Amino acid sequence: MASPVVHGGLPAHLVDFVGALRRAGIAVGPGESVDAAAVISELDLLRREQLREGLAAAMLRRSGQRAVFDALFDLWFPLGQGAALGEVALPYTEDGSVDVEALRDLLAGLLRDGDTAAMAELARAIVDGLGAVGKGQGGQGQGGAGDRGQGGGGRGSGGQPSTWSAYQALNAVRPETLLARVLADLRGGADAAWDSPFAEEVSRREVRDRIASFRRMVTDEARRRGAEVRGREAAARTGVPKQGDRVDFLTANSEQLADLRRRVAPLARHLASRLAARRRRARRGPIDLRRTLRRSMSTGGVPMRPAYRRPRPGRPELVLFCDVSGSVAGFSHFTMMLVQALREQFSRVRIFCFVDGCVEVTDLFGPGSDLGGVMAEITARPGLIAFDGHSDYGSALGRFREGWPDVVGPRTSLLLLGDGRTNYRDPNLAVLGDLAERSRHVHWLNPEPQAQWGTGDSAARRYGQVVPMHECRTAAQLAGVVSGLLPV
Amino acid sequence: MSTEPVDQKALFDSVDDVATRLADVGYIASTAVATTVFLADRLGKPLLVEGPAGVGKTELARAVAEATGSGLVRLQCYEGIDEARALYEWNHAKQLLRITASQGEAWDDTRDDVFSEEFLLPRPLLTAIRRTDPTVLLVDETDKADVEVEGLLLEVLGDFQVTVPELGTVVAAQRPFTLLTSNATRELSEALKRRCLYLHLDFPDAELERRIVLTRVPQLPEALAEELVRIVGVLRGIALRKAPSVSETIDWGRTLLALGLDTVDDATVRATLGVVLKHQSDTERAVAELRLN
Repeated sequence: MASPVVHGGLPAHLVDFVGALRRAGIAVGPGESVDAAAVISELDLLRREQLREGLAAAMLRRSGQRAVFDALFDLWFPLGQGAALGEVALPYTEDGSVDVEALRDLLAGLLRDGDTAAMAELARAIVDGLGAVGKGQGGQGQGGAGDRGQGGGGRGSGGQPSTWSAYQALNAVRPETLLARVLADLRGGADAAWDSPFAEEVSRREVRDRIASFRRMVTDEARRRGAEVRGREAAARTGVPKQGDRVDFLTANSEQLADLRRRVAPLARHLASRLAARRRRARRGPIDLRRTLRRSMSTGGVPMRPAYRRPRPGRPELVLFCDVSGSVAGFSHFTMMLVQALREQFSRVRIFCFVDGCVEVTDLFGPGSDLGGVMAEITARPGLIAFDGHSDYGSALGRFREGWPDVVGPRTSLLLLGDGRTNYRDPNLAVLGDLAERSRHVHWLNPEPQAQWGTGDSAARRYGQVVPMHECRTAAQLAGVVSGLLPV
Repeated sequence: MSTEPVDQKALFDSVDDVATRLADVGYIASTAVATTVFLADRLGKPLLVEGPAGVGKTELARAVAEATGSGLVRLQCYEGIDEARALYEWNHAKQLLRITASQGEAWDDTRDDVFSEEFLLPRPLLTAIRRTDPTVLLVDETDKADVEVEGLLLEVLGDFQVTVPELGTVVAAQRPFTLLTSNATRELSEALKRRCLYLHLDFPDAELERRIVLTRVPQLPEALAEELVRIVGVLRGIALRKAPSVSETIDWGRTLLALGLDTVDDATVRATLGVVLKHQSDTERAVAELRLN
């Protein structure tokens, strides 16, 4: 491989960037660093997007890392220093403050046309003009964008703000409130009517997406400016999003949950395909005489390649036993996604949910059922709550054993999902031990950090002595558990 | 690193050159695609392309082959693929014939003869390595293959050489431009990923998609293409089981063209939604959410 031709501080800068990626949880080895250096020597450094893609190609290994990489790339290879303004200028009133109404008009126009490039420039201008926090305001004058762009020297000490706030800038502009206006513009005036509800809905969603992406632009820009003030190390620690598969189930926000949903489906497919692969493999065992003879025809009747009898496909039965009480609300949403994904992949799955009672809910997870509705239906099922609606694992296990005695058999894999917090009630270890004995495998997935097991009302440690318990807080951990469990 | 083939000419001059030449053969490349293709060629590394189905992963290999005038050798992976299907196989039947035909010859001669070039059935990997003309090697759906095949790929893609015990080691005369695709149904091993440049090919942005659709369906009116891309973009925002891909957008354009429609109104969308959405539940969901009924 050609030795990288880099001069001055660039190698050191690259190593520094690699360090930041590692701290953010992206494993970049020395080999990748060398590749990245080779990439730098091949590319035109003035083409920033090409550099970004090139480095990503050399350093990343899975798609979930891209958001983190982009945020850090923006910090280490910033678009420019200072305001770095372009063509779009903020409108100012006569007394020198930003004319918010005119600004909103401008933004509405851009949102209507979907002009991404201009929106990015406006985002930069807005952060510059409205996002400064601390001493003085960032924008020092009424001058046009042109001369302020070059006026980096002028902002040296006097009006240097202590940080830049996307929140403050967005609060002044409030892009969400423009939705109605932009939609009115799109349909051609406030009184005009849409051609159809469909046309309206498409436009509405489109504009909403544009507003969301504008918000992201402002946030990114504020992070970049903040990094100049506070140093990029500090900005990297606080402002960079977590990798999707490292987000804690219990604390995930809605955007992260949507991301998780995308991750779970391939995981279930993965599970199913590994099971199928195992079923088909046959390298030993009894000879299949008929197929061996048939094969030997092509080699003149000499059996060169023996064929083995295919193993009987064992139909895996999966029984899921899920805690849906309030304490694991974030997790149980995720559980439902996993359950639904598994339901689509396995032919024989039975699903039970419990709080202090226990109900079978297999029928709710038909193909393509809506998860939001399913959760509501589960909680409405009679029998789920037996007494007071506080989770009681012991009683739930007992009811499960009594109500469905023949569900768990020697070919069943039982998967329990819950935190094992049983409100100081009898954990009923005997029933669990009995279930473990009668089933083929039992595994317990616990969304709590291992350090908290057995604290307070958690019976996790005691359950953990009866059945193998796995910490399963993030999608990455779940993937690890799934590949460790298999083949079932 | 040891067996670097000598005087291999680079396929492309610059990133922009990649983009233009791919566009000439009908593949509109984003910056990411153009950059990684350029780098894969320059650094001599295989390119691993991951992404949802129908965003043009396989098409990229075809376009690179066409743009550079290389031959395309394709290895389609599937569950249970093995060395005999991927690398080479001895032609047993022919060997047996040879042995029975050579009654009376010394065994040593026969043995040497039977394990010679004549009785070798090269499979895609060996074919690609032995070719002296410029070659694009496409290993399609790598994630479908078993883990053992990855080990095989490691040897081949690391050094571009293959060892056939009876014949010796075959070193690539010309390093093929190698492209691996994966739908990410399983994680490929770290070792394999480390030897590749990685490209995550996702749904393109609206502008790029519009250009792609217009390139693939040239007769489609521009306004219609734009409208389709808008609607598909909105559909991708809904939580569907299978989000529509670029290939679905193209199919949709073709469908409307075949039906002789030049506007997209509610009735048209409702009637042709099946082209874009491949699950009944997805269709129902989209109809409900977008108020199509």
